[in-house]
Parts: sequence; structure tokens; C-alpha cells
Amino acid sequence: MSVAEPLAPVEETVPRRRAGELLRPLLRSPTFLVGSAILAFWVLDAIFWPAIVPQDPQALNVAQTLKPPSPAHWFGTDDLGRDVLSRTLAGASSTLTVAPAATALGLLGGTLLGLVTGYFRGLVDDIIMRAVDSLLAFPLIVIAVLVLAVLGPSVINVILVIAFVFTPIVARTVRSAVLGEREREYVSAAKLLGKSSAAIMFGEILPNITGPLAVEVTIRLGYAIFTSATLSFLSLGIQQPSPDWGLTISLGRAFLQLAPWIVLFPAAALATLIIAVNLVADGLRQAFEE
Amino acid sequence: MSGAATDLALEVDGLIISYRRRGQTLRVVSDVSLEIRRGEAYGLVGESGCGKTTVAMAIMRYLPENAVVEAGRIVFAQSEDLLRASPAKLRALRGDRMAMVYQDPGSALNPSLTVGRQVAEVYEYHRGLSRRDAREAAQKMLRQVQISDPDRVVRRYPHELSGGQQQRIMFAMALATDPDLLVLDEPTTGLDATVEAEVLDLVAQLRAEFKTAILFISHNLGIVARLCERVGVLYAGRLIEEGPAQELFADPRHPYTLALLRCVPRLGMRKDSHRLDPIPGSLPPLGTAAINACVYAPRCPLARERCRAEPPPPYAVAAQRSTRCFFHEEVPAIAPSDRGAAQAVEANQPVLLEIEHLVKTYRSTGTAATVVADVSFAVRRGEVLGLVGESGSGKSSLAKCIVGLIEPTAGRIALDGATLSHAAAGRDPALRRELQMVFQNPDTALNPSHTVRHILGGAVRLLSGLREKAKVERRIAHLAASVRLRPQHLDLRPGALSGGLKQRVAIARAFAGAPRLVLCDEPTSALDVSVQAAILNLLAELQASQSVAYLFISHDLGVVRYLADRIAVMYLGEIVDIGPAASVFNPPHHPYTEALLSAMPAISEGERRARIKLHGTIPSPSNPPSGCRFHTRCPRYLGDICRDQVPPWQRDAAGHLYHCHIAPSDLARLQPAAGKQRTVEPRGAESKERS
Repeated sequence: MSVAEPLAPVEETVPRRRAGELLRPLLRSPTFLVGSAILAFWVLDAIFWPAIVPQDPQALNVAQTLKPPSPAHWFGTDDLGRDVLSRTLAGASSTLTVAPAATALGLLGGTLLGLVTGYFRGLVDDIIMRAVDSLLAFPLIVIAVLVLAVLGPSVINVILVIAFVFTPIVARTVRSAVLGEREREYVSAAKLLGKSSAAIMFGEILPNITGPLAVEVTIRLGYAIFTSATLSFLSLGIQQPSPDWGLTISLGRAFLQLAPWIVLFPAAALATLIIAVNLVADGLRQAFEE
Repeated sequence: MSGAATDLALEVDGLIISYRRRGQTLRVVSDVSLEIRRGEAYGLVGESGCGKTTVAMAIMRYLPENAVVEAGRIVFAQSEDLLRASPAKLRALRGDRMAMVYQDPGSALNPSLTVGRQVAEVYEYHRGLSRRDAREAAQKMLRQVQISDPDRVVRRYPHELSGGQQQRIMFAMALATDPDLLVLDEPTTGLDATVEAEVLDLVAQLRAEFKTAILFISHNLGIVARLCERVGVLYAGRLIEEGPAQELFADPRHPYTLALLRCVPRLGMRKDSHRLDPIPGSLPPLGTAAINACVYAPRCPLARERCRAEPPPPYAVAAQRSTRCFFHEEVPAIAPSDRGAAQAVEANQPVLLEIEHLVKTYRSTGTAATVVADVSFAVRRGEVLGLVGESGSGKSSLAKCIVGLIEPTAGRIALDGATLSHAAAGRDPALRRELQMVFQNPDTALNPSHTVRHILGGAVRLLSGLREKAKVERRIAHLAASVRLRPQHLDLRPGALSGGLKQRVAIARAFAGAPRLVLCDEPTSALDVSVQAAILNLLAELQASQSVAYLFISHDLGVVRYLADRIAVMYLGEIVDIGPAASVFNPPHHPYTEALLSAMPAISEGERRARIKLHGTIPSPSNPPSGCRFHTRCPRYLGDICRDQVPPWQRDAAGHLYHCHIAPSDLARLQPAAGKQRTVEPRGAESKERS
């Protein structure tokens, strides 16, 4: 190596910061900013509600039943005289426990299945993906109701059921992303180094599909919130006297004509949360597409 | 410039173009002025990012939304300033009096219309012909662009045609109205060398029939030298030198032009006698065109104070020649950098890799495509075996079988006498580590999520067996230094590196252990020429210092001729020609080798050979021709013997083997030019056409 050439110049690099590249369009996207602001509000509320509720959400007040909104009770009171504002603020925590937990589990299962089927292809892929296809042919809510009817209603079961129905959906998204990556030459190079299949799947391919994965997570989170509320509404999830939104809406239906605020405020809260998550998902997708 | 000013087809004057991107304004074309006379071909050359396509798009007024023309005029046919023309006027001009042919004909043609319809439409819109007349005119036009069997081709859809045929259709559409100006934007990039040569022959011939002025945009100096009368060299958005093609290439007066010419491997240059002269530094970033200095100064051997203080004006150095260099008088005296060449590896080393009767067949329902058909060869220790052939010849499949990325159907692969199992998983890890590969595309060969340190660290741990952190770090630093990476580069991700740097990282990864054989699959084809030279030097140097053998795959015969000790030529899954580098090309024996060599665009007249035309494109491997697989396209087709009998191996005195019915003694008679490669032959010499 006596004929050494000078080192490559430092300036032979493209000035680009990866993290900044992604963050800047996100911070300039009103969709993402509004969505994350609302989402942040509900997350903080779900954690700190005991400190901010004006009254105990479970405190009965037989003298003050079905009162319309007033300075004393901003959102009115329900059929047992409980403060609707306090119950709405307190109701976020059950939704925001069930939905993220279910999403995380579904993501884990889906990512594993998607990586294995997409990377190995062949018989494994054929068998698993046909099973996934047949599962996806049923309406998700029907599967959930069916399983919960057998297992019995409980918070843990709701989380497991939502995770179960999400797994094939996430698996499909991950699989299609893996199919694109596995043909790239860096995967061939890793094989030539003698890396194991697991090392290639998790160490090489997984870091490169975080984009579609992040978008999928936010979309699934929105659906998980919606699904958990639906299951509560059908009395298959969280039971009384929890201030859970889905449950409150279900029970408040009886008084819809007499006292619409009992349903209106938790319903509005649920709607803002789902919209916020979807706005974040849209913002992320645009940022990755750019 | 001269008195013929009344005859201008196009005049570009003081053109300045910027792109707006993320709130920034990046100047990409700065003060470009050029003139093209009627019937003249003007070549605009430059490396990627120099602004050549932007100039073409500005002329056609096809610039993207975020482009701003800040100043300048583009006068068409001495009447219309295209930059101020109304949309209606532009529509009338485009496709009628000015036309463009793009780089990728596959995406420029509408996939849902027959090609006949697409050509006919030009006549309907611009000439107002009826459907029937337009169809007839289209068929006539297809004949002019030498499409065989135009009556059938008109009913085909674009995907049913080969790349070369698609490009002919594009030419038919562009020339349908006999335009005054034809803009060709890299029309042959992405086509195989033999197809490229055909398309260029067509352009040369059409120039004689149509009096069209041509703006020919290319990164390939050889093509421009062959086709164009005048050439302009673009660098970082500035036209740094301009002049008649032959004069400019023979006697460049800008340091960049000179450097560009010197970093291409030429005839007679070998790794053990000549070191390539890469241009130091890298291509300037987008927006450099705006600086108030010479854009080439950071890489220039002549650069002085003045070059960094003001932009050089155009100097007229000879009739019709100008250069933007303050010190243009010193350019001819710039000496080639006098660094020693890599040491040659001693001959007669023992065999390292042995391939015997290797077959790879892809089967799908009903059909079987044999992409590697009974290939046998050997690579000796420390030797570079160059493997050339058109796309579809099976070179890449062969390489992947050897390293174990795909499983061969039959045959034996042995490394140092030990037979390797077909699947990589079943191979002895020690043997597997000795076979590494450098891939074609540096953009996808490195994991974009990992830093260079992570990539090299993983390779070091797996290939050299080092575990201790400090030792691994030392090995990484050593590897980085041996491919000329700076320590700062180690903590960057591939996205932050230029193409050349990425390929250096990929090479370092292949050398992380102690490889015995490295397969290089077109390692420089995605790189600019000024970067290619540095990578070839690096490969030659590593090969000599570590006595590694290469199987070097390339479609670029110039590169293979420079680097290889022996050369094998592949056609349709078979090796048809193999021998020492000096004798495979000098003179070529197999008719296919001869044709490939003649299709190579050369910069100087002296290197050019008589064109030997091949008929059609490479047949499908699922239905290969009988007898000699090359007989359907062979320019030296003898008759039934070629069609019916598999040709024998012929051997000449130099130990050169080729697969043909023509014996070496007869070949000398058939090749009047053989052995006298430097003789200049007329461009249109077609005496060797099939009778």
C-alpha cells in the first residue's frame, strides 16, 4: 500500500440529519400538531385525573339527579346524581389503558408473524397467510363478541381479544414491507457474512420498516379505542360502576330524552380522542411519504 | 459565433435556473449560453447533478413546478423566445417542430396503447391526417427507424417490445413531423452495449435523412465524441468548456475536461502498468452554481487565489472554442499524477475456485429457463477473472450460485479443492467467509439504518472472529484507512455518504476478514466516471496487497480490460470465450466478443473499430436456439453447421479457448483488421454484415 491515495475528503458527505429530516415536516404539519395536542391532553388526564376532577366521580347525590349543566355541575349530573364532568375526565384512563395495551400486543404478534412470513416465504408464508386471510374475512367485532361471550367479560380479556384481531392486520402490513426490504442487497450481504435468519430479521430488516410500522401503530390505536368503547357499550368489557366512556354511553341511553348530557359529553370525549389519534396517524404518514 | 448566425436552430443565452426546496433557493444552472446550428449535433456532457437535464427541460419548457428561470433567453429557430411563449404556442411547437427522446423508453410510452397508435397520433394531432392516413404514415416511419416487420410491430403494446425497439418507437414519434430540434436525454443509458450501438447507428443515419438539429445529453464522453460535431462540458451548472468534439477531446483546455478524460481506462491501459487518475474530491453539492468563484477550484490542480475570488469569464482559446479557466494556457502541461501502478500477481498460481458443469434452471409451471447452462472455469489464486456479457447472459446468476445466495441445479463448486455444498447454509463457515461479494448498487447494499461503524463492526466480528471490543475497533479503523475513509465517516449512516464513499464501505465490509475470492458484481456501474477511477484503483491495490482473487462482472469492456488478468465472455448462460486478457480482446476470436468490442464507444478516433452489427436481441433462456446458441445473431454465420451442431472448443496459441465452428486459422482470414486494432476504419463499414 505504498501507493496510498489521500483520504476521501470530509466534505464528500451529503449534509442531512435523519432525525431532523423526519421531525421538521412533522413540526410544520398542523394536522400532526393539533392531533398530538389533543392526544397529549387526554393522556395527561388519564394519568392525573384524581388531581383534577372537581368531585369524586363515584360520589352519589340523590338530591341532585339528572340536573342539566350549571355552574355547580358544568356537564350536569347523571341518574344517580354523579358529576358528569368528573366522570368524563375519569373515564379516559380505562380507554387509554386497554387500547395501548391491546395495540402493543397486537403489534408484537403481527410484527413477528409478518417478519417470519415475509422473510422465509414458501410453505410457512402460505399457511400463515391463508389463515390470516380467512380470519380477516369475518367482521372483527363479530369475532370479538364471540370470543368474549365464551371467555367472559373482563378487562384482560378485552385486551387479549383486541390484540388477537389486530395481529393478522399488522402481520399483513409488516409482511408487505418485509417483502420489499428482503430483496435489497444489504440482506444478501448479511447472508454472506453468515448472519443468522433471526439476526437478519430483527437486526437488519426491522429497523428499516419502522416507518410503516409507526403509521400502523397510530391507525391501530384509533381502532383499539373505538373497539374497546364498543365492547364496553355491549357490556362485554369493563363493568359498572367504572366511569368508562363506552359503558357510560350505554347506560345513559335510557335517559337520552330526559338528560342528553349524560351521553353527549363522554361521546364527545371519545370522538375527540379518536380524531386526535387519526390526525397523528395522517401527519406521520405524510411525513414518511415526503 | 461565425457568420452563419442566420442559420441557428436554437440559441440559449445567459440561462440561470434555480430550484426552490424547503424554503431554500438552489441555483443549478448558471449563465449557460450555447448555440446549435441547423442540422448540427451538439453534445452536452457532464456527471450527475451538473444540470444537463435541467437545461434540456428548460428548452422544452418541461421544468418542474419548483424551478425558477431567473434570467436568460431560449430562442427557437431565431424567432420564438420559448421562455415567453404562450401555452398554446408551446403545444403547437412541442412534438411538431421540437421533440424529445427520454432516457427510459419503457416509461415514456403509454402502456395501454399500441405503439402504432402512439406514432399515428402524432400525425393526427400535428398534421391533421385522418386515422387511416396516419396509420400508413406511422408504418412508413417505423420502417425509417429500421424496425423489422413494422406491419406486425404497429399492433404491439410497448411491453411486448425490447428496450432497443421501444427506443426506436420513441425516435419514430419524435421524428414523425421532421422537427427542427431534437433533444436526446441519455437515450441509450440503461440499454445493453450492443443495443446502444445500434441506436447510435440509427441516430447517425437519421441525421443524414432529416436535417434536424440535435441536442445530445450524455454522461458518456465516447458516445458524444462519436456522434456530435460540437461539445459543451457542464460542471456544477456552468458551461466550463465548449468546442468542436474532436479538438476538445484531443486537446482539452479546462482542467476538469482533462481530468475527466484521464480517469477513463483507455485501450492499452492495464492495472499493472497504469494507475487511473481519479479527480480528487467529489461532485459539488446542489446550489454550488451560485458561488462567486470558479466552481472547479476545490478539485483543481491549477487553483490559485484568483480562482476562489471571482468566476472566470469564457476565454476564446481557438476558433469556436472557449473555456472558463483563468489559467487555460497551463492546462495542457498538467502532468498525470505519477503514482506507481499496483503490483501484478505472479502467474501460474494454484487454482483457487473451480466451477464444473454448473447449471441453474428456474422452473415455473410449464416452462424452465436455464440461465446458467453447463459452465466450467477456474480462478487462480490472486487472479482477476473478468466476466462480460449483455444483460440476460446469466453473469449475475452465476455469481450468486458461487457465493451461495441461490442454489445451483447441478454442478460442482470447489474452493481450494474442497467441494462447497450448493446451499450457503450447508457450507463450512470457514470456507463461506472466504467468499465475499461487492454489490452493484451501493445505495441498497448498505443497511440505511446502521452507521458505518456498526456495519463494519458486524462484519469484523463475523468474518475475522475477533470478539474483544478494542481489537474490533482497531480492525475497523484499519479497514476504514485501507479504503481511504476518514474516522469521521464511521459514525455516519449510508444516507449521509456519497455513492463513491458508500461503495468504499461496501468494499471494506467484503475485506473485513481475509477473503480469498471477492465477487464484484458491476461495482462501478452506478458511479460517475470521476468516482469510478478511484474505486478501480482501490480494488486493484487491495487485490495486489492482499493477494485476493476477483471474479469481476461488468458490462463495461474498458473497465474489464483494465482490471482483469483473464476474461470470460458469457452469452445466454454459456461461456463462449475465455482466455488471457491480452488475447481475448486483441484480437477478438469469438464473433460475439468481436461484436461486443466493436459496440464499445471510444473517445478517440484511433480506438474505434469497425462496427459489427448483431441482429435482434438476446433470445429467451427458456427456449435457447439449437446448435450454437449464438447462431441467430452471429455476424459470421456459416450455415447449417451452426444451427445444427454444438460448436467445439477452439484453442489458439495463446491458450485462449472459444466456442465456435470457425478455427483460429480460418478466423485470421475472416478478420482483415485483426491484430491491427488501431487502424481507423470508416464508421459505416458494413462489409462484415451477414450475407
